[in-house]
Amino acid sequence: MRVPVDWLREYVAVPEEASGADIAASLVAVGLEEEGLHGGGVTGPLVVGRVLTLEKEPQKNGKTINWCSVDVGDANGTGEPQGIVCGAHNFEAGDLVPVILPGGVLPTPQGPLEVSARKTYGHVSAGMICSERELGLGDDHDGIIVLTRRFADDPESLARCVPGADAIAILGLDRETVEVNVTPDRGYCFSVRGVAREYGHATGAEFTDPVTALAAAAPSGGSGGYLVEVADDAPIRGRAGCDRFVARVVRGIDVAAPSPAWLRARLTEAGMRPISLAVDVTNYVMLGLGQPLHAYDLARLGERIVVRRAREGERMTTLDDVERTLDPEDLLITDGGGTPIGIAGVMGGASTEVSATTTDVLVEAAHFDPVSIARTARRHRLPSEASRRFERGVDPQLPPAAVQLVVDLLVRYGGGTADDAVTDVGSVAAPVTVAMSAGFPSRIVGVDYDAATVVGVLEQIGCTVTAEGDALTVLPPSWRPDLTTAEDLVEEVARIHGYERIPSLLPTPPGGSGLTHAQRVRRIVANLLAAQGLSEVWSAPFVGGDRLADLGLDVAAETARTVRIANPLSDEQPFMRTTLVSTMVDALRRNVSRGAKDVGLFELGLVTALEGPQAAAPTEDVGVRPDEATLAAIRAAVPPQPRHLGLLLAGDRDRAGWWGAGRRAEVFDVLELVQVLAEALDVEVVTTADAAMPWHPGRCARVSLADGTVLGHVGELHPKVVAALGLPARTVGAELDLDALTRAADHTVVARTLATYPMAQSDVALVVDRSVPAAEVRDALVAGGGDLLEEVRLFDVYEGDQVGEGRRSLAYRLTFRSPERTLTTDEVSGLRDAAVAAAAAAHGAVQRA
Amino acid sequence: MGQARGRVGAAFTARQAELEAERDERILVEEALDVTLPAGRRPLGRRHPIELMSERIADLFTGMGWEIAEGPEIEAEWFNFDALNFDADHPARQMQDTFYVDPPEGGLVLRTHTSPVQARTLLERGVPVYVAAIGRVFRTDELDATHMPAFHQVEGLAVDEGITMAHLKGTLDRLAAELFGDGITTRLRPSFFPFTEPSAEMDLRCFVCRGEDPDCRTCKGTGWIEWGGCGMVNRNVLLACGVDPDRYTGFAFGMGIDRALMFRTGVSDMRDMIEGDVRFDAQFGMEI
Repeated sequence: MRVPVDWLREYVAVPEEASGADIAASLVAVGLEEEGLHGGGVTGPLVVGRVLTLEKEPQKNGKTINWCSVDVGDANGTGEPQGIVCGAHNFEAGDLVPVILPGGVLPTPQGPLEVSARKTYGHVSAGMICSERELGLGDDHDGIIVLTRRFADDPESLARCVPGADAIAILGLDRETVEVNVTPDRGYCFSVRGVAREYGHATGAEFTDPVTALAAAAPSGGSGGYLVEVADDAPIRGRAGCDRFVARVVRGIDVAAPSPAWLRARLTEAGMRPISLAVDVTNYVMLGLGQPLHAYDLARLGERIVVRRAREGERMTTLDDVERTLDPEDLLITDGGGTPIGIAGVMGGASTEVSATTTDVLVEAAHFDPVSIARTARRHRLPSEASRRFERGVDPQLPPAAVQLVVDLLVRYGGGTADDAVTDVGSVAAPVTVAMSAGFPSRIVGVDYDAATVVGVLEQIGCTVTAEGDALTVLPPSWRPDLTTAEDLVEEVARIHGYERIPSLLPTPPGGSGLTHAQRVRRIVANLLAAQGLSEVWSAPFVGGDRLADLGLDVAAETARTVRIANPLSDEQPFMRTTLVSTMVDALRRNVSRGAKDVGLFELGLVTALEGPQAAAPTEDVGVRPDEATLAAIRAAVPPQPRHLGLLLAGDRDRAGWWGAGRRAEVFDVLELVQVLAEALDVEVVTTADAAMPWHPGRCARVSLADGTVLGHVGELHPKVVAALGLPARTVGAELDLDALTRAADHTVVARTLATYPMAQSDVALVVDRSVPAAEVRDALVAGGGDLLEEVRLFDVYEGDQVGEGRRSLAYRLTFRSPERTLTTDEVSGLRDAAVAAAAAAHGAVQRA
Repeated sequence: MGQARGRVGAAFTARQAELEAERDERILVEEALDVTLPAGRRPLGRRHPIELMSERIADLFTGMGWEIAEGPEIEAEWFNFDALNFDADHPARQMQDTFYVDPPEGGLVLRTHTSPVQARTLLERGVPVYVAAIGRVFRTDELDATHMPAFHQVEGLAVDEGITMAHLKGTLDRLAAELFGDGITTRLRPSFFPFTEPSAEMDLRCFVCRGEDPDCRTCKGTGWIEWGGCGMVNRNVLLACGVDPDRYTGFAFGMGIDRALMFRTGVSDMRDMIEGDVRFDAQFGMEI
């Protein structure tokens, strides 16, 4: 909401010296946040000039420029006429125009622009004759401002227009506009009246409600007014769509009469474009008082207006010349119950629009149900100035005063006469009182407000308070439909008394148990990976089918496991990711494209993992605890979102340097990282060969827990994936279910006594088929070696002539130790043979001589 | 004879020790390394500073006796809106630019704030409760220097007998002092949120201009930067979660962590936070 300061001053006694910034600061304290300050952007010298001569000079580029000599009085220090080049053609010699002289500053979208004398079209142009847009007064850039015309109906201002006079004040460019953000609960602040009232609350300045005098002047509704009938046969949530409709006729208006300059200026300052007298006046009153209004061409209306809901399939053309198909929930203004002539509270219709031939108008000020208006505005994507106000609640007592002000202005500036009779139909529900104890605000806010303060604040904001001992019965004012609970009243007490007066105290919780196991595990994992040289990233979880295909995944199967976003930022990325790697690759690519060669990334984040069809989640009215079955259905509909760990390594794992060459990251580096994590969390993991996309089928390992639970995969990215995504060759990585790993880590270790007897070692080289996984040979050795086998270490792998085609030799060092005594050589040999025998039995392993 | 042998032996031993010492010294000299050669065979990786900030915040709250709660990112509308007193027709429900899961009537959204964890916590833990929820939230904002479609919040919820707005202010002041230093200036400003009443917004004194530049781009010349919303838990939220609002009162807040990081460390472009450029992380140590 933009509030022109001089307009604000009309309703509340703002101190003379208060600037726009001061006003904004005061308003913030009562909850109207500053969005911006406007105006005051032009700084002098901007003066009135009289065009003495004007020579039209055609140019080679086809344009014609005016070489003008302009009398600017003594403003240029010499008293001599100023030579200025001007491209506009809407003025002639003798006109009074605004001239900015060198040194003056104009606001532009790119920032302040200082005007200087410059050579152009063969002349030195010492300044500029300005348009509305250049001065920030409006959008008009078709010509320059001609003061003689601008102030044709404003002799007072025109009299001030003498050459050399300061045009900043005359044009109102010294006027400031404060823009504030109005929260949805306070619709009444979408008006200068409402903001003025709040300024009064914030500062104690005297507020004069403009509505008081207008309401007194308005004739009361009776018979004889234009016929209006409200026939809402389908109220939404039991609330009538229209509970008040006030209308009045003004006849014999000159619609061609221009809106007065002051009114146009105020509209422009408030951010609306002046259009015509009838439209400008209704907009002006809406901005001033907060009541949306509409003016109909009476000649184009029938005998009566009927307010009703739309019929299925009904259509109408709105003021913006769009033909719209209406919904049975839409509330309509119709001509006699038939043709729609407006979507109530949202936008008028084209057929009854005030036009150049209009002489008689019907002015409407109604009160509509916020929910009905909100739904209609949303359905038709038509957020209008009117709907924005109705959605947030308009004062239902406002219509007569608002209509009175419209009528007054139309008669004053457009001539004509108003009918005495006023239409006022509908019945507004009486406001509901709120019960509150006087001590309640203190209990909620923690400030000791005495009863007099509480009552005083509530009365100040317009409530009627009845006290019986500590029990208060509070009747909120008609413009505050948001005050429905005791807590709402507490906020009023707290904000008017001042949030800055609330003390700062720490609560005293009963004591907690620190981080959870899962939270601690996450820190361990992340810190370890960083210590291992990987950088933590996080990526937006959106992917598209293309990405899934590039990763070699079955797109249909993958998208069946996840959800689609109905309104994605990019139609190319409508799905929630099912893996971290699918979005991490972007970060990898970005690093590489920015010059990094050796990159290690990790991400801990949520993925979507639907186990069946996606269910719908029930909703519920606010303030109601759903029953257990509904709650269970709500919870069950939320898709499972396990936390994963993603790893990607490209380039060298060990960097090249003065010490020698680097070493490219390979699958075993990722396996080592997984091993480090498993050991850190004291979880046993098992690695088996697998072939799953997006991994290279011969370089992919499935990582499982000892109980068979699959944690995920480690591998080198498939060459096709690398090519499709433009990743560095031989990028390796992993995708693991961190939740499963975390659960496995949630146990208490039972410590063993350390054996102190000497250990004995024995080396064996076993020749097996190349297809036998090393892990399985190891498992056989462990099984055969018995309890005294302390460690099995693979220290060499050999393939070649000596072991034969298709076979390889695995050399293990076996370490034995007894907790009770020193093992003899024979015992160690026996144990070793048993281990080898087990490997021989399981995998045909032959011991190499 | 014996004495002579003894002397010769002693002299021999002494000489041998001397030679050995000389040799050792020579070896030590020969073995000298240029210890100024650079290390860096395997440089340290880094944590993401958003995560470090999150951990720091979590530690502050656990230190005060609170616990850290969590919730899903794809969330039921009931938790994200209904339970938090966002009426289906309330303009506030449109105020947020929500990602809806397809089909839109299926009742699922990407959580727009960490506040649904409030409802989850109240239902699961009951009262009294003191929890902070830290996590990722989503709004339909295109990525630019000051907006991200995904960002991070810390939610606080304290429901107990005798909780007041003064406790809210005290807790947020403590958090601000922890993150921005004791000298930080904050202000509590009246505002509106469906799930709190009274409601407030906490602002921080602009870290760029300190409120002294009317043309400041960071604070748009207002001198203040919005940090997050807060207030006393709305009666309807307590009712939706089965808590007796006549016995218990509570406060809640949701503050931006990304903004706090910008504030604390001067990060000026939000894209740096989400793009995953390792040079961004590398500016920070493992403690923030």
